[in-house]
Amino acid sequence: MEQVKNSLKLSCYHCGENCNDTSIHIAEKAFCCSGCKMVYEILNKNDLCTYYDLSQNPGITQKTKVRANKFSFLEDAQVFAKLIQFTDGKQTRVTFYLPQMHCSSCIWLLENLHKLNPEIIGSSVDFPKKEITVVYNETKCKLRDVAELLTAIGYEPHINLSDMDEKVVKTTTKGRLFKLGIAGFCFGNIMMLSFPEYFSSGIYYEKGMRELFSFLILALSLPVFFYSASEFYISAWKGLKQKFLNIDAPIVLAIVITFGRSVYEILTSSGSGYLDSMSGIVFFMLAGRMFQDRVYNSISFERDYKSYFPVAVAVKKDNNEENIPVSKLKVGDRIVIRNNELIPADSILFYGKANIDYSFVTGESLPVEKGIGEIVYAGGKQIGGAIEMEVVKEVSQSYLTQLWNNDAFSQSDEKETSFIHKLSRHFTILLFSIATMAGVYWGIVDSSKLLNALTAVLIVACPCSLLLSATFTNGNIIRIFSKNKLFIKNATVIESMASVTHIVFDKTGTLTQNENAKLIFDGEALSDFEQQLIRTLAAQSSHPLSKHIYNFYPQHQLLQCESFAEKIGQGIEGSILGIQIRLGAAQYILNRLVKAENGSKVYVEINGSEKGSFVLKNNYRAGFETLVQQLKKDYTVSLLSGDNDSEKNYLRSVLGENAELLFHQSPAEKLNYIATLQAKNKKVLMLGDGLNDAGALKKSDIGIAVSDSINNFSPACDAVLAGSEFKLLKKLLDFAKTGKNIILGSFVLSILYNIVGIGFAVQGTLSPMIAAILMPASSLSILLFTVGLSSLIAKRRNLI
Amino acid sequence: MSAIFILIGASLVVAVGFLIAFIWSVKDGQFEDDYTPAIRMLFENGIAQKKDAPEIRSTFEIKKVNTNKPIVKKQN
Repeated sequence: MEQVKNSLKLSCYHCGENCNDTSIHIAEKAFCCSGCKMVYEILNKNDLCTYYDLSQNPGITQKTKVRANKFSFLEDAQVFAKLIQFTDGKQTRVTFYLPQMHCSSCIWLLENLHKLNPEIIGSSVDFPKKEITVVYNETKCKLRDVAELLTAIGYEPHINLSDMDEKVVKTTTKGRLFKLGIAGFCFGNIMMLSFPEYFSSGIYYEKGMRELFSFLILALSLPVFFYSASEFYISAWKGLKQKFLNIDAPIVLAIVITFGRSVYEILTSSGSGYLDSMSGIVFFMLAGRMFQDRVYNSISFERDYKSYFPVAVAVKKDNNEENIPVSKLKVGDRIVIRNNELIPADSILFYGKANIDYSFVTGESLPVEKGIGEIVYAGGKQIGGAIEMEVVKEVSQSYLTQLWNNDAFSQSDEKETSFIHKLSRHFTILLFSIATMAGVYWGIVDSSKLLNALTAVLIVACPCSLLLSATFTNGNIIRIFSKNKLFIKNATVIESMASVTHIVFDKTGTLTQNENAKLIFDGEALSDFEQQLIRTLAAQSSHPLSKHIYNFYPQHQLLQCESFAEKIGQGIEGSILGIQIRLGAAQYILNRLVKAENGSKVYVEINGSEKGSFVLKNNYRAGFETLVQQLKKDYTVSLLSGDNDSEKNYLRSVLGENAELLFHQSPAEKLNYIATLQAKNKKVLMLGDGLNDAGALKKSDIGIAVSDSINNFSPACDAVLAGSEFKLLKKLLDFAKTGKNIILGSFVLSILYNIVGIGFAVQGTLSPMIAAILMPASSLSILLFTVGLSSLIAKRRNLI
Repeated sequence: MSAIFILIGASLVVAVGFLIAFIWSVKDGQFEDDYTPAIRMLFENGIAQKKDAPEIRSTFEIKKVNTNKPIVKKQN
């Protein structure tokens, strides 16, 4: 008995999963499956077992096998040319996306690929992006060999249709770093050279020194003015072209006036200018934008169907199989789809047992069986053996892909303009009136001070503090959100979150967890032996319900199954140790039709007597009910599901009488529903997960994808929320509202500084020293205020 | 006092040196992946050890992990 208990605890040396089958082992090392054992053998043979020393059970389970010639499409010249980065016929460099990468052992092993295959010259890993770049000897090794080697050690490269698109090289971050670095460098040096001016207005200057310092300052300010600040000019110009006055316009005005006046003062030796303040402002604003626009390397917010579709598909021609790129697929082609492969185009089933998992496309939670001659829509995943189908529509014309032709996808990303811009517009108008008044006053009293006062007002009253408070608050909120596993696309999403009035849920995958549907046995108590029988029979079938039943009794050993038969769409039966046992639908087992019930039912019959039934219930996410109770107080809610209405009563009781519940919704219907809500002037937040929600997520004011594996796949959206943190949604929405108030608060603070500054300016007495003190003081205090306050509130609410 | 001119010249040269170093590091991509290199440097070079050779580990990190071997090993 002790032995049995121990063996239950055995975990796979490679991947750490429980070993149900204790027979697979090498020496004292146990493995959960032959796949894991094989990876160990490969590593052991090549002296790469340090892999296992770096982290505990670092491997990836190999239970699902990869088909032998899966990567033969990499031999296609067109595919090859699109995938690789560089080749000279001798050496080739290629980058693969490996979502399985998860620990330091992975990095170690993947960077030692050259030990597994001597033709690989080198490999380097970018862990945050989960990418590996391999350089290999093209003359002796093919791209396919590299992909197969990676697959053999458990890191199957993820190659999809979007990899075939032209790659857009991101240079924005690098450019920003340059601008920030140069602005910082110039700012620091200008400040240092200005010190003599600050203290005692330069009485320590010797002959020629003031001129030298001034010209050095001028020289140092040129890169700031012409290079570092360039993105403000571009943004302001873009706004003006669209007849929109954004916050960058008054900022550019202030920068240009400050620079112009300073150059004039230095060249005429009439003063020392405000170049220190100008470069400081540019530096702080760039730093703020950098802080705000952080990028999540491993998360993509722009995925469309192409990220899900395979690059190539097996096509049957004269009894030969050939892998051809999906884009070349034509109507009438005979395609072969194997276990766990996606159907790339709408097709008619020709041969084989189709068991299509549509969870991803329609939200249906259980696979659908299809008969020969039936049409199968693109996006479904085949579960089970290979099937053959004839393509009836090209990929771009298929049911699923057509969703992307909707207008919602051609709209620009700027869904709404930030309130910062509106605020800055009022601010600018006020500023101009003050400047005009000061100008008129000095024009009458002392015209020599006119220009001085006018420019000083415009310099001081630059809304840069508003921009600073917004960028730093948003940056900090984004940081706090990401700690709570809500990853947002950009800062405008925070504002949209604050103004939401209506929340729409998707059901399957969003409210429920696909993986852990709950199985319940309903009927008389089963003996251990009966449970063993049921498990053995269920083990013979690949139907998802059978798999659920198989996993329901993990403690039992399997018996010998003497005979077994499966009737598609009905059930399974077999004889074990002479006992007849049947599992299946009501019609099959009881010979009667039972009205649709909650979930899916599997009846059990042993030796001709009915024992009861297994019921598969949707497993709702933890905290779902409490969350809805909280949300109902502040928002109207509704539910859109592509699934059947078997759970309607339960959902009605949770969401309440007023909530709209719609079932059997197609992706297009979901999108239209959002559009109808928006027509009623509602700000809609949509929570979804699959491709079927992609249209609705895009159309809504803010679309949040709920995902159990953040790094893997989520449709195009504004934000990605980890399924485990789903219950925090209300708190996060509240925090977004708080963020807006913090920005307004810090804006008031910055106005106070401006009043002081304008006080000096209108009198025409703004000395460079006061400007130089006011500018960093206001910037730093605003920075401390926004970041400190938002962190404090987050801490109070247990968000950090 | 004209020493100050030389000092300023020298300080600017040093500062420009740092600026060039910064620009070079950005161009080199050192700010692109700030995680992997930190892990990579913990790995020993010449990792391929002969099976019979005594295990030599110098990094503290590796030692620490090594003590937590899977349960399986303890039973046997």
